[in-house]
Amino acid sequence: MNRFLLPLGIFIVLVVFLAIGLNRDPREVPSPLVGKPAPAFALPLLHKPESSFAPKDMQGKVWLLNVWASWCVSCRQEHPILVELAKSGLVPIYGLNYKDPREDALKWLKQFGDPYTLSIVDAEGRVGIDYGVYGVPETYVIDKAGVIRFKQIGPVTQDALEKTILPLVKELQK
Amino acid sequence: MKRLVFTLICLAACSLGFAREAAPLAQDEAVEKRMVVISEELRCLVCQNESLAASRADLAQDLRREIREQIGQGRSDQEILDFMVGRYGDFVRYRPPLKGTTALLWFGPFLLLAAGVAALVLYLRRRGKRVVEAGLSAEEQQEVDALLRQGIEENRS
Repeated sequence: MNRFLLPLGIFIVLVVFLAIGLNRDPREVPSPLVGKPAPAFALPLLHKPESSFAPKDMQGKVWLLNVWASWCVSCRQEHPILVELAKSGLVPIYGLNYKDPREDALKWLKQFGDPYTLSIVDAEGRVGIDYGVYGVPETYVIDKAGVIRFKQIGPVTQDALEKTILPLVKELQK
Repeated sequence: MKRLVFTLICLAACSLGFAREAAPLAQDEAVEKRMVVISEELRCLVCQNESLAASRADLAQDLRREIREQIGQGRSDQEILDFMVGRYGDFVRYRPPLKGTTALLWFGPFLLLAAGVAALVLYLRRRGKRVVEAGLSAEEQQEVDALLRQGIEENRS
């Protein structure tokens, strides 16, 4: 009996490691930008190309920066959740329209609804690089001091919104 | 006749216009070489098992453009690598730096090897002892003595 105990123990340890390892999503790479100031930029607005927006305009407010594109399939998945969130008025959502032709983006918002206070245009994806965007959609929670506090990689799910994003936003709004 | 010659000359001129050398993919070959060396060290985050140099993903093309531009601005390789790590984390490097959070990654395999060797040595020692200790019971000893004696007597006769 005793001689089976050690191999069994090693086997269980291996299974536990594999269970943890295989259940983690390799696409979720922790961002080194969490805890750092949101990179500065000044980009034209989607609806008013002659005006621009910069993150420092949001000083003193907690806000969400949601990276989206009309060609992005999983953006459609999270979109109704963002529209609902915008209606609730709990936190302003700013859209970063990533590498998207303007007409397509405007048509998309008309079709699915526009949850964004405003959308900014990153036509060449340069601001995306500064924010470490590698898979649209991505959502950043930025605090009153302009520091990135959380990054959601992939679509915002109802679960992530209720369990992580909204509690964090409430905490930061205090 | 005159017209024919004229037409031929025109055609020749046209074909000369078309037969230019293919435009190089990048303006500067030296920059391109350095870009490839740097991007081979970096992981494409969209298709994680491909290097930035090999990937055809949209983001990889943007990042290669970024590297090209930074080389143009006279930045060193290390500065460009730091730029990428600052945005995408250590994961973006195929050879992550040795520090607290990556120590297990670097030394883990050696730890496992050491544990394996230790287990093997322990097991072999214990087994060696067990073979020596496997003595005979009193009855077996008597039997052996009897057989030996028998053998000696048979040899004498």
